[in-house]
Amino acid sequence: MSLSLDDVKRIAHLARIRVSDTEAAQTQGQLNGIFSLIEAMQAVDTQGVEPMAHARDVYQRLRDDRATETDRREAYQAVAPQTEAGLYLVPKVIE
Amino acid sequence: MTYHSLKQLAGQLATGKASSVELCQDYLARIQARNPDLNAFITVDAERTLAEARAADALRAAGNAGPLTGVPIAHKDIFCAEGWLTTCGSKMLYNFVSPYDAHVIEQFKKAGMPTLGKTNMDEFAMGSSNETSYYGPVKNPWDMARVPGGSSGGSAACVAAGLAPAATGTDTGGSIRQPAALCGITGLKPTYGVVSRYGMIAFASSLDQGGPMARSAEDCALLLNVMAGFDGRDSTSLEREQEDYARDLAKPLNGLRIGLPKEFFGEGLTGDTAKAVQEAIAQFKKLGATTVEVSLPNSGLSVAAYYVIAPAEASSNLSRFDGVRYGYRTPDYTDLTDMYEKTRAEGFGSEVKRRILIGTYVLSHGYYDAYYIQAQKLRRLIAQDFAEAYRQCDVILGPTAPTTAFKLGEKADDPVQMYLSDIYTIAVNLAGLPGMSLPCGFDGQGLPIGLQLIGDYFSEARMLNVAHQYQLATDWHQRTPGGF
Repeated sequence: MSLSLDDVKRIAHLARIRVSDTEAAQTQGQLNGIFSLIEAMQAVDTQGVEPMAHARDVYQRLRDDRATETDRREAYQAVAPQTEAGLYLVPKVIE
Repeated sequence: MTYHSLKQLAGQLATGKASSVELCQDYLARIQARNPDLNAFITVDAERTLAEARAADALRAAGNAGPLTGVPIAHKDIFCAEGWLTTCGSKMLYNFVSPYDAHVIEQFKKAGMPTLGKTNMDEFAMGSSNETSYYGPVKNPWDMARVPGGSSGGSAACVAAGLAPAATGTDTGGSIRQPAALCGITGLKPTYGVVSRYGMIAFASSLDQGGPMARSAEDCALLLNVMAGFDGRDSTSLEREQEDYARDLAKPLNGLRIGLPKEFFGEGLTGDTAKAVQEAIAQFKKLGATTVEVSLPNSGLSVAAYYVIAPAEASSNLSRFDGVRYGYRTPDYTDLTDMYEKTRAEGFGSEVKRRILIGTYVLSHGYYDAYYIQAQKLRRLIAQDFAEAYRQCDVILGPTAPTTAFKLGEKADDPVQMYLSDIYTIAVNLAGLPGMSLPCGFDGQGLPIGLQLIGDYFSEARMLNVAHQYQLATDWHQRTPGGF
C-alpha cells in the first residue's frame, strides 16, 4: 500500500495540520517508509484473536455522581491565548 | 557528593552533615556550569528549588522527615508541576506554566523532595534520540557528539553527568530504558497502572507509564516507593495495596530462573553488546541463577503493531492542542479552521506531525480494521507469548538496545531506522509488563551498554532484587563519564 500526494493532503486536513506542497511531498515519502514497516503485520493470520485494547483486563471504575472539583477557572484561563468574561475566545464561527 | 546514592544523601541529611539547601545549591551549581553544553534541562528555577529545599529542612527540623525528605530530584518536562514551565519538549507549550501538579509531582512533594528542574525530552516523548526536542538535542555525557537516547534523554543525561542524583522519566515504547542504557544508568518502567498518569502529558495512553531513573536499582526502589500508588483521577490506575519495593533487595538469587528469549539473541545482536550481555548471564549464574531458553515468537512484530497503536492514540490525545485553551496560537488567521491548521503546523515539529498523520490515517474510515484492529490482535499475541514464557522463568533477560549511543544526526532523517532502536523494548509496553535497564559494560569506544530485565506483572520488587544483587557483584553502575 502506498499513499498518494492527495492522500497526504486529505489526512493532514483531517488532522487540522496545514501542509505546503513541498512538505506534503516530503511527508509522503517518509509516511510510505513507515507504512512499509507496518505492513509486516498483514502477513499474520489473526483470525479468532480477540483485539487487546489495554494492557490489563480491568474494568472502568465508576464513582459517585457528585461534584468533587473546586472552581479553578481563573487559574486555568490564565494560560489561555485569549479569554474574555470567563470565556475562551476564538474567531467567529456563526454569522 | 556528585555521585552519591540517594541513601547516602539521605544519610547526610539525617545526621546533619548537610542540609537540603546545601545539597540543592551544589547540584544547581553543577547544572549552571555544565548544562549549557549538555542541554539536559529545559527549565531551571533556583529560587523555586531553594524554597522547596528550605521547606524540606523545616520539615526535618520539626521531626517530620520521611526517608528521602530533602533529597532533590529532576523531573521530565512531561510532568505538569504547578508554577513550573511545562513544555513537553514542544513549541506548542513554550509558554505553558502549569496550573496544577501531576500525581507523581504531588507524591514527590509529599515526600519532601525538592525539584531541581525540568529535563529536556523528545517532543511529546516521540523519539529515541532527544533530537526532536524544540529546545535542542541533549548530549550524551559519555561522548558529547552522541545522543543520550530518548525520549527521557535529559533525565538520563543529567543523572549520568551528576547534575541530579535521580530523575523521573516516562516510557511508552522504551523511553526510560533505552536512554538509561545509552547513558549508563538504571531505569525502571513499572507495570502499566502502578504509577498514575494524571498530569503526565499523554502520548499513547494505553502504553504510557512513568518510572524512576537513577544510579542504581536500590535508588530506583526507593523512588518507586514514592511514585507508585492509586489515584482515582487516572481511570487506569490500579487499586492495590501499597508495596515496599525495596523489601526483597537483599535476597540471594539462588534458584532464580532467567529466561533468555531466542529472538533477542539472534542476528541483530552483535559485537560488544552481545558480549556484555553474555558476561552478565555468566555473572548471574555465579550468583546462583539458572537460565532457560524461552521464545517470544511474535516479538518481531511489536515495532509494526506499536507504530499503529501509539500514533493512533497520539493523534487523538494531541487533538487538544488547538490554540484555544493553552499553549501556542498562530499570530495570523482568518477563521477557526485556519487558526487550527496554522497553530498545529507551526506548533508541532515534524516527527510529531508524522505520527499524528499516521494515527489519523489508521483510524480513518475504511482502514480501521486492517490497521488498528489487526495491531490490537497482534498485541494480544505478544502478551500471550510473555505469559507462556513466564511458565518457565521468573524474569526475562536480554539487551536493552541493539547498539550503544549513536552520533547526533546519524538517524535524524530516517524515521524507520530510528524506530528500530526500540526493537527490544516495545513489546514490554504492548504487554503492559514491567521492564528495567541497568549498566552491564562498555563497548570498545567506552560507551555504556544496557542490560534489560523484563518481569511478570507486579514483579517490580523481584526485578529490583535481581538488579541489586547484580550491582553488588559488579561496578558498571558506579562508573562515571570522564570530564564530569
